[in-house]
Amino acid sequence: MAVMNPMEQFLVEKVVPLPPISTPGLGSLDLSITNSVLFMMLAAGLIVGFLLFAAKREVLPGRMQATAEFLYTFVDGTLTGGIIGDRGRPFLPFVFSLFLFIAMINFLGMIPLGFTATSQLAVTVTLAVMTFVIVLIIGLARNGLGFFKLFWPTGMNVFMAAFLCIMELISFLIRPATLALRLFGNMLGGHIVMFVFASFIIALGVFGMHGGLASLGFIGAGLSFALVIGLFVLELVVAGLQAFVFAALTCIYLNEVVNLDHGH
Amino acid sequence: MTTMDIHAAKAIGAGLAMTGLIGAGLGLGILFGNYLQAAIRNPAAAAGERTYLFIGMALAESMGLFAFVLGLLIYFV
Repeated sequence: MAVMNPMEQFLVEKVVPLPPISTPGLGSLDLSITNSVLFMMLAAGLIVGFLLFAAKREVLPGRMQATAEFLYTFVDGTLTGGIIGDRGRPFLPFVFSLFLFIAMINFLGMIPLGFTATSQLAVTVTLAVMTFVIVLIIGLARNGLGFFKLFWPTGMNVFMAAFLCIMELISFLIRPATLALRLFGNMLGGHIVMFVFASFIIALGVFGMHGGLASLGFIGAGLSFALVIGLFVLELVVAGLQAFVFAALTCIYLNEVVNLDHGH
Repeated sequence: MTTMDIHAAKAIGAGLAMTGLIGAGLGLGILFGNYLQAAIRNPAAAAGERTYLFIGMALAESMGLFAFVLGLLIYFV
């Protein structure tokens, strides 16, 4: 039986090697274009190209414009408007681009021979830390030191509140890790499962060619082929859903600091 | 007692770490089951709570994914 490594598809390879650049503070940096970078550029380029092409400002929208308007109203209505409220409007560009970027990377990874940039922990950690820092900056800028009221529960005695305050602080600080690992784990896990079942097709098909009783392997190959199709549909749902979840959690974190004293 | 092969120990450890996904499965089942129950009782309110359904799903799933990532770390690192 053919033995294939399911982790091989996540290997980062250089597509356009560039000479290392030496920077004053960071030492020498390798800024080569890898397949991960290439697919992120492709995703960003596709989104920008699509939106530039679709935003024609016609009164009667065509198909492209209707799609773009649907995406916009979806993010505005469900995410920033639905979770943060009226004060969420300034964060619409950030959440909108985050949602579209992650969704596009995930969908590009679903194309055979495509590379899933979100299956790299470095990519998801960058996105998560960026979100965390933005939430922190907005929280401190909007509320000043009142930001720390976020951790102090009301309506209980001091000892209980102090204990819960520590718990709140831990759950606040662990947020970038959970945000990054959720996207990373979902993408990595989904692609490994698809790969394993896809390799069953080949392995069982080759096994079935021995003839005799071994030709039962063809039934197994057919079953796993059907399962791969089902898993592919499931992964398409997951790809969109994880982008939505990332954007929705960003909105929830923003909501906590934006509406701190309003109890939205 | 023989010394265990490091690869065998890694495989067993990774397999044990994956048991954390039991909790994620249970949590997702409870979450979607209760959502459906509530949605059938009051279909008018179902659409408004769908955002929180998916957020709850993400939170329930994240614990399982920690176990999954830990399993991968044990096995491959």
